[in-house]
Amino acid sequence: MYSTRLILKNTVHENKIFYNRIVIAWFMMLGFLLLIVIRLFFLQVINHDRYTTLSEQNRIKVLPLPPTRGLIYDRNGVLLAGNNVSYSLEVIPEKVKNLDLMLKKISQIITIEDSEIALFKKKLKQSRYSNSIPLRYRLTEDEVARLSVQRHHFSSIEIKSNLTRYYPLGATGVHAIGYVGRINERELEIIDKSNYMGSNYMGKVGIEKFYEKELHGKTGFQHAEVNVQGRIVRILERRPPVPGKNLYLNIDISFQKYAEQTVAKHRAAVVAIEPDSGAVLALVSMPHYDPNLFVKGIDVKTYYELRDSPNRPLINRAIRGQYPPGSTIKAFVGLAGLEYGVRMPRSRTWCRGWYSLKGQKHRYRDWKKSGHGSMNLHSALEQSCDVYFYSLAHDLGINRLHSFMNRFGFGKRTGIDLTGEKGGLMPSREWKQRLRNKRWYPGETIITGIGQGFMLATPLQLAVATATLSNRGKFMQPRVAFVMDDARINEMTPISSVQSTIPLKQGGYWNTAIGGMKAVVHGRRGTAKKVGRRSRYRFAGKTGTAQVITIKQSESYNARKLAKKFHDHALFVAFAPLKNPRIAVAVIVENGGGGSKTAAPIAKRVMDYYLLSIPSLRLATTSK
Amino acid sequence: MQSTWNNNPFLHLDKPLLIGILLLSGMGLIVLYSAGDQNFDLIVRQILRLLTGFGIMLVLAQISIQHIVRWIPWLYLTGIILLVLVLVIGEFSKGSQRWLNLGLFRFQPSEMMKLIVPMMVTWYLADRHLPPSYGRLLSAAVIIAIPALLVAKEPDLGTALLIGSSGVFVLLLAGLSWRFVSGFVATGILCTPILWYLMHPYQKERVLTLLNPEKNPLGAGYHIIQSKIAIGSGGLDGKGWLNGTQSHLQFLPERTTDFIFAVYSEEFGLLGVLVLLGIYFFILSRGMVIALQAQDTFTRLLAGSLVLTFFVYIFVNMGMVSGILPVVGLPLPLISYGGTSIVTLMAGFGLLMAIHTHRRLLSN
Repeated sequence: MYSTRLILKNTVHENKIFYNRIVIAWFMMLGFLLLIVIRLFFLQVINHDRYTTLSEQNRIKVLPLPPTRGLIYDRNGVLLAGNNVSYSLEVIPEKVKNLDLMLKKISQIITIEDSEIALFKKKLKQSRYSNSIPLRYRLTEDEVARLSVQRHHFSSIEIKSNLTRYYPLGATGVHAIGYVGRINERELEIIDKSNYMGSNYMGKVGIEKFYEKELHGKTGFQHAEVNVQGRIVRILERRPPVPGKNLYLNIDISFQKYAEQTVAKHRAAVVAIEPDSGAVLALVSMPHYDPNLFVKGIDVKTYYELRDSPNRPLINRAIRGQYPPGSTIKAFVGLAGLEYGVRMPRSRTWCRGWYSLKGQKHRYRDWKKSGHGSMNLHSALEQSCDVYFYSLAHDLGINRLHSFMNRFGFGKRTGIDLTGEKGGLMPSREWKQRLRNKRWYPGETIITGIGQGFMLATPLQLAVATATLSNRGKFMQPRVAFVMDDARINEMTPISSVQSTIPLKQGGYWNTAIGGMKAVVHGRRGTAKKVGRRSRYRFAGKTGTAQVITIKQSESYNARKLAKKFHDHALFVAFAPLKNPRIAVAVIVENGGGGSKTAAPIAKRVMDYYLLSIPSLRLATTSK
Repeated sequence: MQSTWNNNPFLHLDKPLLIGILLLSGMGLIVLYSAGDQNFDLIVRQILRLLTGFGIMLVLAQISIQHIVRWIPWLYLTGIILLVLVLVIGEFSKGSQRWLNLGLFRFQPSEMMKLIVPMMVTWYLADRHLPPSYGRLLSAAVIIAIPALLVAKEPDLGTALLIGSSGVFVLLLAGLSWRFVSGFVATGILCTPILWYLMHPYQKERVLTLLNPEKNPLGAGYHIIQSKIAIGSGGLDGKGWLNGTQSHLQFLPERTTDFIFAVYSEEFGLLGVLVLLGIYFFILSRGMVIALQAQDTFTRLLAGSLVLTFFVYIFVNMGMVSGILPVVGLPLPLISYGGTSIVTLMAGFGLLMAIHTHRRLLSN
């Protein structure tokens, strides 16, 4: 067709046009290619640094290497908190061809709850470039074995081992040791996120929380080159984790266990302290609970049962229970009288069974209706005469009483190495004005003198104050932890305690107070003479009975008529032996009735065990 | 006028073109070895395709264009029928219907239309006075539009674009008046909203993604962002062969096919890109020389159109990979891994060589 008509055409004109167009096209191509060059110059030269950074970020992933949590031992090296290997089943999403089919197959081998599948699918959606996603935690050994046998059927699953906390002794010592639990959202805001990148657990209460930083250790990192699916191609740099430090506690766990057993039937607290060092030998709050429940993730029903139990097992009574200290503080009030010159050691007060302020009809009754007769500080302590201390408190006034008691730690936290400690309450004129906006009445001073009224103290405070008294004024901040062991460099660091001294004008005042307390257990009329009678060592104590409800002027206390929850709290503080005391104890039995009847025998048994049954096993690093 | 390069009457070959193509193919294999994670199978398959392509090129180069001319309308008709068949019974792959399964092998009829359409338009225009009249222009437009629209319907926008432009280049080279061209471009711009309305959602997304890839960095913008990171981090002299982190860690999608230019730029840098562009420009220029030296209207229009189509390939691919054009699935000619386009491209070069080497026979 075209060849036959070729001749008819104006070839010269055509050639010219065509030549033009080709030249134009050639320049256009050159122009467009230059455009590409300019574009690449812009990307590769001008913005080179920016894209290099982006490229590095793309390929380098920081993977956390979680540290091993430090172990907790008692003072003799008995393991209290350890790490167990547990296995979790994880799925590598990129290798899964048919998710539902795979889940179905796996659930034929081990049981998988619907809730676990739901959680897994949620995580799967969230983590786009993740190595593997956990499907089930805490596989049993049996499940691990069954999965391992079937392993070759599933290329997409991994069995990963992780360390989880466990408490081999269960509930024993839980209120001191505490427990770890899954990090919750609130804690996530506070913690150093980079240090917790690989950690799922942290200390929630007790030693586990107080020493969280030391126990946790430092997370290490791997800088890994990863591909687009997040799979590791090679490790570029590795900073190993610093494992947590091990802790040795002052607590002797056999002693702790024994002390717990002595109050096992009660709602009670026992705190035992070594006066010289402030070492907490036992810290008991009953009832207690199994901390392992909280590590595993406690189920809602069990948790509500624990939380709502009328016995309040979750409350650490030893440091958070605030009780009216009752007569246990009388020795301190007596010391205040001596120190401020309000009483001499021999000054006598007549007890006729009650005390009244001048011009007022109200009678502040003594526990002994008939009265104790002529009392000095020694006999007032021995027989726990209320009238002597009513009168003394009135003469001291609340301001002096407040500031003196404060020096023994009443009304402020002791600073023990546990979290959540309460400070109790040492009332004052200024406190009542500020908090209740009411003036202070003289009658309130009077009942403060026998540890009633507004005054509240924790068992720990009572134990610390008693220890301070036994030390004749040397105050040692109580410490549950004894020594920190950096296993990596084999370095033992003792936990330091704060020491201070309460100076009195005359050292002999201590003897008077201690002598009164000795008479409580060894004296002829001592309120706790029963427990002191056959003692193999000499000691000092003071009973206390704290009223839970106010008895009207016209009534008398009758335990049989009252419901158990309105019964008096029984208290006892003591230290032993008299010379060079090795242990100071405070015991509180809620609604236990009288201190001499319920609390004193418990305290005696606890001291007996410590002083007589335990061979003096001490760690070599213990320094006096 | 006669080139000393082409004095072998027994084997019709254009040596400059052949050298360019060989250089390009060799570089392509080197980049592909890196982009394909040193997968030797991939290289072997690519070599086999290249050999097939070379074979077809050699065969076509030996045939005088005059022998082909009378088959052109029939080829065109067959092509149209196959394109319709694709839409009716074609196989789906990656969301579009492009393949015809012929039992023994499958192929894309749209590929061969890249060559047949410019031939058909040239055939239609070459026997009359040029520049063409408006009536003939309209008919030519229909010849181009039918296959282009059929391919666009598959949908395969990249190939449709190539088919359309290969036809339009013939018109331009044939002396289409600039007034007409500018008028057409203006109309095109005015029609953009209508075109937008007719576009598939995924095509719209590609355009939007080009304008702002960071808007959806893990979705549609992912390709462009990763590709730009690869190119940009390559710098002036590149990260070195086999050392492109973006590509080897699989951040770069389609890195052996459409996005291979990003791998090349990452590993060889701007200097490497200049070398590559130099080779392309050499081939393009040689093609233009062949077009200029062609002796009749048909061959010169066809040669020019083939060269310009080859250029569109290069520009659209590089523009897309470097983020100045929307993502349309076009390979980088002779570098990207992939079957059909290599065969078509080599066939095109075969035609160019035929045009050039059979010249003397014609003039004699």
